[in-house]
Amino acid sequence: MSQLTTLPRDTDGRLTPAPPPGELIDMPRFPINARHELANTDQRNNLQAATATIRAKRALRVSEVPQWEDLRQAAKTIKDQVDRHLDSYLLQAEQSLTKAGAIVHWARDATEANQIVVDLVKATGAPEVVKVKSMVTQETELNEALEQAGIAAWETDLAELIVQLGHDRPSHVLVPAIHKNRSQIKDIFLTEMGQYGTPAPADLTDDPSALTSAARTHLRNKFMRSTVGISGGNFLVADTGTLVVVESEGNGRMCLTLPQTLISVVGIEKIVPRFEDLEVFMRLLPRSSTGERMNPYTSMWTGVTPGDGPQNVHVVLVDNGRTSVLADPIGRQTLRCIRCSACMNTCPVYTLVGGHAYGSVYPGPIGICLSPLMRGLDSPIDQSLPYACTLCGACPDVCPVKIDFPEVIIHLRHEVAEHKIRDTKPHLETTAIAAAGWFFAKGRRFTVMTWLSGLVGRVFKAKKQFGAHMPWPARLWTSARDLPIPAAESFREWWRRNHERP
Amino acid sequence: MNARDQIMTRIRSALKHTPDQDEDEPILTWQYGQPTSMTDVVGCFIERCADYKAEVTEVDADQIPHAIAATIKKLGITSVVLPPGLDPAWRAAIEQTGTTICEDDSPMQAHELDAVASAVTAAAVAIAETGTIVLDHAANQGRRALTLIPDIHICVVLASQVVSDVPEAVARLRPSVDAGRPLTWISGPSATSDIELKRVEGVHGPRLLIVIVAR
Ligand code: SF4
Repeated sequence: MSQLTTLPRDTDGRLTPAPPPGELIDMPRFPINARHELANTDQRNNLQAATATIRAKRALRVSEVPQWEDLRQAAKTIKDQVDRHLDSYLLQAEQSLTKAGAIVHWARDATEANQIVVDLVKATGAPEVVKVKSMVTQETELNEALEQAGIAAWETDLAELIVQLGHDRPSHVLVPAIHKNRSQIKDIFLTEMGQYGTPAPADLTDDPSALTSAARTHLRNKFMRSTVGISGGNFLVADTGTLVVVESEGNGRMCLTLPQTLISVVGIEKIVPRFEDLEVFMRLLPRSSTGERMNPYTSMWTGVTPGDGPQNVHVVLVDNGRTSVLADPIGRQTLRCIRCSACMNTCPVYTLVGGHAYGSVYPGPIGICLSPLMRGLDSPIDQSLPYACTLCGACPDVCPVKIDFPEVIIHLRHEVAEHKIRDTKPHLETTAIAAAGWFFAKGRRFTVMTWLSGLVGRVFKAKKQFGAHMPWPARLWTSARDLPIPAAESFREWWRRNHERP
Repeated sequence: MNARDQIMTRIRSALKHTPDQDEDEPILTWQYGQPTSMTDVVGCFIERCADYKAEVTEVDADQIPHAIAATIKKLGITSVVLPPGLDPAWRAAIEQTGTTICEDDSPMQAHELDAVASAVTAAAVAIAETGTIVLDHAANQGRRALTLIPDIHICVVLASQVVSDVPEAVARLRPSVDAGRPLTWISGPSATSDIELKRVEGVHGPRLLIVIVAR
């Protein structure tokens, strides 16, 4: 039974810290966000150091496994099989879960998923819930839905706690507070913790152990009185109905074990067919993500176990755009992703810019594929994401499920171009291509164009290329790329001068 | 249409050009349940487990009760919670140390467990390659809260429970899952690297993990 029926409100009149205003999908195009993020030198330094460390650890732990390539191939094949028969596997999972005493719910989109969870929590009468880090509930913005329903949702992963208390958003799927350094974290703990529960000790230092211990104390009370836990799931085993949560800190075990009610929100792509398949994924995931042989804690549970842990177990299976990804034969492979974050840590764009520029909870290589595939191409941010990539090809090498990123990204760029053609709004690129087409269509027009370009070449003869400060719209190109001065004489003119008789 | 039916319809329409079985069906060649070759499985487990800053001691099988009691005395552990099915010989040795014993027969509340210093349990399987202990929460390990809330976990692993790598462990654990039991995989004490990637041991789970390996 809950010891609390009403919780205190903060200075904003809220139960939990307010996140930054605005919706992720309304963010401007990637290059604009990137410029803003790149100006944050602290973040850039933290991110570079952190990702370099994880990259090295991952490489070491991967090199210990001689069958690594076979494991990746197995994981890819298993996940491809799941996607090709997703309907049957989901029905099998539903049956296994039900048999094990869990109640299965289905949600078409984020709003529906949140509503299911809000209703379930309300039915228990609990004023608050403890949460294990989960990407899908970030995607659906469940915490805000709960706050609006008068229920406080506490993030219990240390980094998520830092982000939540800091009125911030995660910037990495694995280490969400990677953009904050220790002194910033100390300040957040000192000013915020007291508003929402056990305060940080007044003499808190910025030593990571002291900060961790402050978080332990702050959360302990919340765990002990918790009656409802909310989790995601790394894997859902179809043949047994087993859910798997992989973690490090033990906050997951607390949320999965102590409450009477457990609600797990799981994307429909999280299926693995057989319990035995975990032997593949439990070897790939820890080494790929944190560069450990094994993560400190993994919990596996199958519905309700009488006398042990939550006795009311709910599983919410969420679509929210995943079936749109499945409908794209090339993009479909991104559903294999097990959210290890290796692709981010290896990406030259992500490691400079960080996760906040992507307008999505999924940043980096997987984000620039998955976000437009899940959400469609209507927003400026989603149209810009497939271009947030140099096509360097580093990510497919580290991906444990062998996603062919360049293939997906080039396909999506094509889709963006097609989308812009269909679009009724004028776009610079399509207008320019249409204009070029008009010039090329008739010999006379082409002659006029080469004459014009020759004129430009003669005027700027002294320069080699146009600088960055061209007038709009040329600036859009020249701000980041070279634009050579056109030749003063066209090939036709040269030919005429040298080969045709006067 | 309800959400379930609509999601099914969406999936089937997304897959309409993907026939149920055709030559593109990916073929899985993976061999399940294979061991990883190593010369000394138990030795490897001990080394890897200690790598995670777990305290590992190796004893002869008949020395288990003594080793548990010695640990309790050495650390000055004042109270211990015991799972109902713990080996009677281990229990007798613990009783002799004079430490306060809490029984979990009528399940203890979370805040009651929070006041207990330690838990002593058996294990189900251990994995050498990764230094992992797996509990299947049978009667000699107790329900999950027992090995989660007290700050010290003393865990006894028998040499016969140690397998080379994850595939063998998963194969051994299948019956427990079929019996509806939860599993907890433990690789060292809880840890976080969330602050500037500095590893800090001991966040929410037991801050001290003591492993007694019996040959
Ligand atoms: S796409 Fe691959 S590398 Fe990136 S997070 Fe997912 S599984 Fe990991």
